[in-house]
Amino acid sequence: MISDERKIYLKNIKKDKLFITISRIMILVIFLFLWEVLSKLKVIDTFMFSSPSKIINTIINTDNILLHVLTTLKEIIISFILGNIIGFIISSILWFNKKLSLILDPYLTTINSLPKVALGPLIIILVGANENSIIIMALLISSIISILNMVSYFNSTDPNMIKIIKTMGGTKKDIFFRVVLPSNLNFIIDSFKVNISMCFVGVIMGEFLVSKQGIGYLINYGSQIFNMNLVLTGITLLILLTIILYLLMELISNKIKR
Amino acid sequence: MNTILEIKDLYKNYQTIEKEIIVLHNINFKVNEGDFISIVGPSGAGKSTLLSIIAGLEDYKGKIIKNDITIGYMLQKDYLMPYLTILDNCLLGLKINKKCKKDNIKRVKDLLIKYGLEDYIYSYPDDLSGGQRQRAALIRTLALNPDILLLDEPFSALDYQTRLNISKDIKNIIKNEKKTLIMVTHDISEAINMSNKVIVLSNTPSSIKAIYKIDYDFDDDIIKNRTSKEFMEYYSRIWRDLND
Repeated sequence: MISDERKIYLKNIKKDKLFITISRIMILVIFLFLWEVLSKLKVIDTFMFSSPSKIINTIINTDNILLHVLTTLKEIIISFILGNIIGFIISSILWFNKKLSLILDPYLTTINSLPKVALGPLIIILVGANENSIIIMALLISSIISILNMVSYFNSTDPNMIKIIKTMGGTKKDIFFRVVLPSNLNFIIDSFKVNISMCFVGVIMGEFLVSKQGIGYLINYGSQIFNMNLVLTGITLLILLTIILYLLMELISNKIKR
Repeated sequence: MNTILEIKDLYKNYQTIEKEIIVLHNINFKVNEGDFISIVGPSGAGKSTLLSIIAGLEDYKGKIIKNDITIGYMLQKDYLMPYLTILDNCLLGLKINKKCKKDNIKRVKDLLIKYGLEDYIYSYPDDLSGGQRQRAALIRTLALNPDILLLDEPFSALDYQTRLNISKDIKNIIKNEKKTLIMVTHDISEAINMSNKVIVLSNTPSSIKAIYKIDYDFDDDIIKNRTSKEFMEYYSRIWRDLND
């Protein structure tokens, strides 16, 4: 039997949840509505700030819009997968080799705080003005931070858990695979989530520097020919892509976290 | 009786950048088969260090004579891996030592059943009470079939009531399995109750102040023991040793 008090409690929780969801949607609806109406009433200059209907029109009528989106998506996915593999391998090596980790620490910290976009011209000269440069840029942004994060997660493993393995005669390999890795699994997945936004930043930055297609190219091109409508369309596509990727990551991480 | 472990002229220094700390100074004692030994001493006296050394986790000066024995170690808390089932936790040592064979798995399962964890074999540690977790941790230690068990303040993380019950449990399990026990504790009554020898360590640098043979077979009921004359006698002598 559920008591009345509990019923009210559960009902209030549901009510709060609903209120929050509705409020979230309302903010978006009101924003889009005001934007559309004010631009129709010529309060907002649509040449500068476009309007929701114009953006939808552009998305539908521009040639190859899907190609641009898919290009960016492909670059993000490649750099995300490569970045995580590189990040994981290097941070594992650094965990196994404490001395190496201490030696490299100032270098990693310095590279991490360096604005990677400054390396753009260098990357283009080294790799060429093509898609590879974009991926390298994204890798630089995402993997350094994920190495730093993962190493610090690995190093913060409960020393008593490690001692347990040692008392059983376990080697460093046993410690890594039986304690360090599984006890940090949730952190590793969270670091994947951070990584996907880092790849996003890197890919768009790369596309600004050098690209023939992609959402970053669209925005950059739009700003060069002063077509603000195209710029805002690009931004809208970026927002949609972010939401989709975020939800996808959320779904995958919940699956793994069980 | 058969001596299975002997500590001879054992010294241990810790080095830090600032200074050298002498932790253990000239420790000598023998462990016979079937002994239940408690080590008591002021905090920071190097009791845990002594266990770590016996377990082979730290270096030392002196001699430790082990006659081909294996050692199991249990820490203050159970430290069960939260992502493994109770069975997998208990099989950890066997897996690491590549001894995870059918008969060994069956032995571990039997231990779990025998000591009241039948319903929790496939549960995760979070579903168990403090006392049950401690028992699971003990079975994990027993899985490798050690000759000597080292327990480092194994009950200190438990509340008093659980502690009284589980210390009784653990004592009986270890007796049942015919193991030898060396336990570190700061609880004098626990030491008198659980062991046949109590080693009292002095302040750092710790040396052995006294070794008491507990010749009296105390009841399992710790509360009842408190009113016994023999118990009080041991208690006050150890208390005096620790406090002067």
